[in-house]
Formats: sequence, structure tokens, C-alpha cells
Amino acid sequence: MNLEEIKSEIEANVPGCRLEIIPNGSPSGQHSLLIDADHAFAVSSYLRDATNRQFDYCSNVTGIDWPIKEISTKVKTKKIVDGMEKDVDEVVKTQTGGYLEAVYHLFSVEQRQGPLVLRMRTEDRTERVHLPSLTPLWRSAEYQEREIFDLFGIVFDGHPDLRRLLMWEGFEDHPMRRDYVDPDDYEYEPTAHDEVLKRAQAHQAAEGGL
Amino acid sequence: MSILTETPIDLVPGPSSDRSEGQLLEVSMGPQHPSTHGVFRMDVTLDGEKVVKLKPVFGYLHRNHEKIAETESYLGCMPYTDRLDYICSITNNWAYALAVEKLAGIQVPERAEYLRIITGELTRLQNHAGLVGFLMQDMGASGTPLMYAFREREKVLDLFEALTGARMMCNYMRFGGCRVDVPANWLQQAQKVIDGFPQFLDEFENLLTSNEILMARTQGVGVVTREQAINAGISGPMARASGVNYDLRKVDKYGIYDRFSFRVPLGEHGDVYDRYMLRALEMRESIEILKQAMRDLPAGPIMDPNTKIRGFRPKAGEAYGRIEGPKGELGFYLISDGTASPYRYRVRPPSLINLTLLEDMCLGQNVADIVIILGSVDIVLGEVDR
Amino acid sequence: MLGEGILKGLTETARNFLGSYVSKDRLTTIQFPEERLPQIEATRDFPFLVYDGTEWEAGLRCVSCQICEKECPPKCIYIEKSKDKKPDATGKLQFYPTTFNIDISVCMSCQICVEVCPFDAIKMNVEFEMSSEDRFGGLLLRKEQLAKSNEYYNKIHPTEATAVDAALAEERAKAEAKARQTTEAKAATPAPMATPEAGETK
Ligand code: SF4
Ligand code: SF4
Repeated sequence: MNLEEIKSEIEANVPGCRLEIIPNGSPSGQHSLLIDADHAFAVSSYLRDATNRQFDYCSNVTGIDWPIKEISTKVKTKKIVDGMEKDVDEVVKTQTGGYLEAVYHLFSVEQRQGPLVLRMRTEDRTERVHLPSLTPLWRSAEYQEREIFDLFGIVFDGHPDLRRLLMWEGFEDHPMRRDYVDPDDYEYEPTAHDEVLKRAQAHQAAEGGL
Repeated sequence: MSILTETPIDLVPGPSSDRSEGQLLEVSMGPQHPSTHGVFRMDVTLDGEKVVKLKPVFGYLHRNHEKIAETESYLGCMPYTDRLDYICSITNNWAYALAVEKLAGIQVPERAEYLRIITGELTRLQNHAGLVGFLMQDMGASGTPLMYAFREREKVLDLFEALTGARMMCNYMRFGGCRVDVPANWLQQAQKVIDGFPQFLDEFENLLTSNEILMARTQGVGVVTREQAINAGISGPMARASGVNYDLRKVDKYGIYDRFSFRVPLGEHGDVYDRYMLRALEMRESIEILKQAMRDLPAGPIMDPNTKIRGFRPKAGEAYGRIEGPKGELGFYLISDGTASPYRYRVRPPSLINLTLLEDMCLGQNVADIVIILGSVDIVLGEVDR
Repeated sequence: MLGEGILKGLTETARNFLGSYVSKDRLTTIQFPEERLPQIEATRDFPFLVYDGTEWEAGLRCVSCQICEKECPPKCIYIEKSKDKKPDATGKLQFYPTTFNIDISVCMSCQICVEVCPFDAIKMNVEFEMSSEDRFGGLLLRKEQLAKSNEYYNKIHPTEATAVDAALAEERAKAEAKARQTTEAKAATPAPMATPEAGETK
């Protein structure tokens, strides 16, 4: 299964879609295909229904939180210093992340192919967190998209029954986000270390010492 | 499936349908209901005995396993996987180990692969035996089949204890191999258990397979068609009972499954009875695999010498590894950012996804059938809620 | 014939019921606590600390390297490292834990601490009747409760303990030989520490 091939095939069949291959650095070699939210549904239904692909089995659906991360890389640039050209190390700061991601692992039961990894990204992490739901195509995404909505806070438009799955109704935050702060219940921590120790001490200080 | 009758025997006539319109009754089944196999709740709306709506409610056992894993080392995640599907800890270990091995490109030594297959198939045996026992219990066959199943399961658990030190929380596998080699005498004991198992299966099937009450209760109940099953991501024995020929041991050939000859039983009706039968047949195939594995078990190391268990830092990247667990496709999706703990650690829980069709299966059935339909799905709440 | 399957099943039940009077295979229950099953050797539940010799406090093998504390998945070990060094069972100067607590209400018996300890100082116990009325303090095991002699270890896990003893003896012999060599070579300088100190710097 060649991802390049699939990509050009989809581009030929779904006009206007923007696809990007996200390379995977690990030896597993499972590269993935980033699809834009506007055409995600069309691309996915093509993948499901095209007779030469038949990705009829959507196995795993999950979310990933990528908060904004600053990466500073040193880049060698040529600069004119005192009228002379010199190699100077310059620190370039690039920002990555700042979005939530939904990942779909597709397989084909008929053709025994897979996995084909699809990714979709939201525009940011707070306001524009909408993605199209793929549940109408694969029922298997039903609970998994609900779980992502619950734990990551991606809103899937077109999902038939988008409620929290694991946390209770009325719970506010999204626990799987990287910046989630868990509630202060550090009452009895006899063997605390590091972070937990700090939290436990803060708790005890707030309680007026033990 | 030979003994399936063409039309299910109708021992109990259903409630007459010309009953005058009544009020709908809402029942909350669970989370403490004995039939839900744990803390699982279904909000059921009933019209008389018939189910008109069923909404499962999850999360009573939710502890955010995936979040915990983000603060653990790769090694430290291993004992937590035991607690997902706590009936089959070894296959959970295996799936996780496989995902990490994919992530880091680790080769597993031969002997370890064989040990994995032996322990993994033993896990399947005891899971299926236990499941069938529980299913009968749900059906009202109080005790007898369950106790017979547990008697056999106990023998397998004793083997696990002798090998890994624990009956259920085995924590046996490591990425790159297995934690300990078999102790003296273990293989003989295991051989004894494996050789004795077919006799138990014969007895068990004598007891159950042609039982008229069982047939009447289960045939034509909770039907899932092949198309539905694939579309809803149903996997494992439940999918195969609906005729989906998709066994990851054959499809992915992970580990060394391509060296064994075994058959994949398939059902054709997709009802509760097929799901029961399928498990009975699968146990026999597992015994075949076990016999071959015991015969061929080579000598050699059980851990890849190049893998550092402690302070393991795979290169940045991601991998999805999956195995055919006793409950279905158990997958682990790992993202590494080059640090000592996973950036993202996702469990694809077969128990949860197999419940997707629960409402569809139960609609229009009697309320007592919910219990056996749920029982035939084979869920463990530790995995459903994670 | 309707009912045939049920009769077949009942025969099976009868066979098991009657068989339970004659065959050990069919009657597998035992009357706990009067009767007990023989203990399986590899069984594990909670960790304990091994000491050599007769003095528990002096003989603890633990050198307080805190590797287990760091690796324990639920972080239920708490160690305070000593400031000074004391001679251990072999007379070598070592750090020792001034506090060593394991909260067994949190411990999940995974034995990762055993696996990572480079000094064979912590091992798994088989004691399971540990219920306590005190939900918190009663389940927090301290150093004195955790310390068990090497003889005890040999009793509960004979095969494993023999292997460990042999490995330790070999290591000591090697270290001694090396120490002797060095002392012979440069008689004036004191013998170097033999046990690896890798984990101590943290
Ligand atoms: S790893 Fe071993 S020696 Fe180090 S602190 Fe723990 S028990 Fe002591
Ligand atoms: S057995 Fe596991 S949980 Fe218990 S103290 Fe050791 S490492 Fe921690």
C-alpha cells in the first residue's frame, strides 16, 4: 500500500481537497495522511466506497492534543559583519502545535489492507474546535468520537449523539488535554514524590497544616 | 455450525402483540446489576417486555489510564495494562509490547515468541471458558456451567501463577521479550492442562450445545449482520460469529502465527448462539496452536539483549500495534516525542467498540434478552471505561 | 427429540457430581482456612527488604539508591537516604535508608521494584493475610516491618534465592580478588568500593 499513490488517487477523485503526507519517524513506517476538514467527509467516503480501496473497517479513532510549543533551532546563516561575510549561528524560533488532532486508523477487511492513518486538525484549541464527524460512514467511530469530544473537546459536526462518554454530564474540563489540572484531593499522601509531593504540601498548607 | 436448526425452536410463545397501548417504562439497569459484569449501566425504555430504547452509560470505572500512562515510563505502563481487561492480562501485555516493538523496531527472540503464543493462547482458553460460564449464568443456569468453567480456568491460572507469580495481574511481557523463563516442570504441567482441556470441552459441550433451553433462548436473539459488524468496527469472536472472516492472527500474522496451522471458525447467523458456539470452537483451535507451540518451543534467550528496559527512550514517532485479543482487536497507539514516557498512549478497547451495536441488537427483544446479549458480547469494564 | 439435549446435559452433571466422590480432579474445592493449597513458588504479593546476618538494621542490603522509588509505577515507595555511611553485612561502608516506607494500599504487586533493584535488596513476599482496621497507617509498611532475613527469602522462594545468593557470592569473591590485587599493587592506597555505584548519584 503506497501512500503517495493513494494521495494522488484521492486528489483525482475528490476535487479541491488538500492532502498532506505526515511522515513518521519511527521504524513502524506508518505514515499518515492529513486531510482538510472541509473535504474530510468526501475523502473518507471515497476511501470507503472506492472498489479498489474498500476501507470498510475503521478500527481506531483517537484524539491528540498539541499545545503550542516553541522550538528553537540553530541555523547557520551568512551575515555581513563589519563588511565581511561570516557564518553566524542564529536561533530561529518556530511555533508548532496549537491544535487538536483526530486520528483514524482504517483497514480493509475485504482486501486485508491497512492501516491507513487519517488525521484531521482543528484550527485552534479553544474556539474553533469543530471537525466533521465520520460516524455516518463508520459506525465504529460513534463511541470513539464521543470519547474524543469528552476527553479532548473536539466537537464533531454531524455526529448523531454527541454527549460525554466517560465523564459525567456537567463535568466541565477535558481531562486528556495536556494542560488539564486535576482537582486538589491530596489529603493522604504518605509516599509522595516530585509533583505529587508539591501538590500535597500545598494542600496541607492550605488546610492550615497537619 | 452443524447443530443449528433452520428455524429456532419456539418453546416459549412471546407475549401477544395485540396488547393495548400502554405507558413506556424506564428502567435503569446497573451499575450494580449482577448481569452487567461490572459497573455498567443501561438506561432501558420498555414497552411491556419489549425494549424500545437502550442507552448505555459508561464511565463508572474510568480512571483515565491513558493519562496516567503519559506520566509513566514505558516500563511503568506495563503493569497498568494488566488492569485493562483484567481477565486476560497477558494478551494486554502482548498488545502493548507489540506496539512498543513497532515503535522502536525491536526484534523479539524466537523462544520469547513461542512463550508469548503459549501464554496468549492459554489466556484465550481461560477467557472463553469463563465467558461461556458467565453467559450461562446470565441465562439462568445458576452455577453449574460457571463452576465447571472456573474449575478449568483455575488450572490455567495456576500455570500463570507458577510462571509469572500472579494469577491475574501477570505483568509478564516486556518489549523485546518476556520477563521470566519457564520454571522447571512448568512445561510438563502445561502439557497436562492442555491435554486435559479437550475432555473438558467435550463435557461442556455435552452439557450445553444441544440443550433445548439454551437454543430457544439464544437462537435468533441479538442478530448482527456481516455488514453491520464490519461497519461498526466489531472485532474478535463477535465479528466472526457474524461471518466476518477477519482474524488478526491470520491477517497480520503478528509474532510467529504464520507458523501454526489452525482454522478460523465462522458463524453464519450472528446471533447469541453462534457467539457461544464460536467460542467453543475457537477453544479447540487454540488447543491445536498450543500443541504445536509446545512441540516446537526452541531453546534460547527470552529477551532481546539490545533493548534497555529501564530508561527506555524510543525515537520520536508513532506506531499502532494490534493483536487478536480474546475479546477482539486490542490495539495500542503510541506516540513518542523522544522522552522516557509516551506523549500519547491510546488503547483501542475491543470491549467498548463491540458495544456499539448493543442498542441495535436489543431493540424489540425481551428485557431478559438484554442480559444474554450483553453477556455474549464479552465485555470487561476495566477495558470499557479505562 | 425435544428434551434430549437436556437429558444429555443432566448426565454430565451427574457424572461430575458422582465423580466428585471418587476423583480428586472433579472435587477441586478445599476448606480454607483449615486446609491450604501448597504455595506456588513464584507467587508474589508485596515487596519486602532482605537483610543478611542476624541484625536487621545493620544487615539491610538496600543502599538507598532510590531506583525503585523512581521506577515504581504508582509511586508508593518513599525513601530517605542517610547522610552517613554505615558498614553493611560484609563490613563495607554503604549508605542506608533512614526511612523506607511502602504504602501497600497503593502497591499493585507488579514487582518492577524487584526487577530494577541492582543490589537484590528488595524481593516479593508471599504474606497475604494483612488486613488492617486502620485504613491509612495500618497499610503503610515501615522499614522494620519490611525487613526480612535472607533465610526467610530462601524459605519462600528457594530456587530464586539460591540463584541470587550464588550471584552475590560470586560478585563478592570477584570484588575481593580485585581489592586484593589493587592492595597488592599499591599497598598504600585503600581498597576501592567494589559494588557498582551507578545508581547512587542522582
Ligand atoms: S533499588 Fe534496591 S538498593 Fe536501591 S533503594 Fe530500592 S531497594 Fe534499595
Ligand atoms: S511491587 Fe510495584 S507497585 Fe509495589 S512497590 Fe514494587 S514497584 Fe511499586
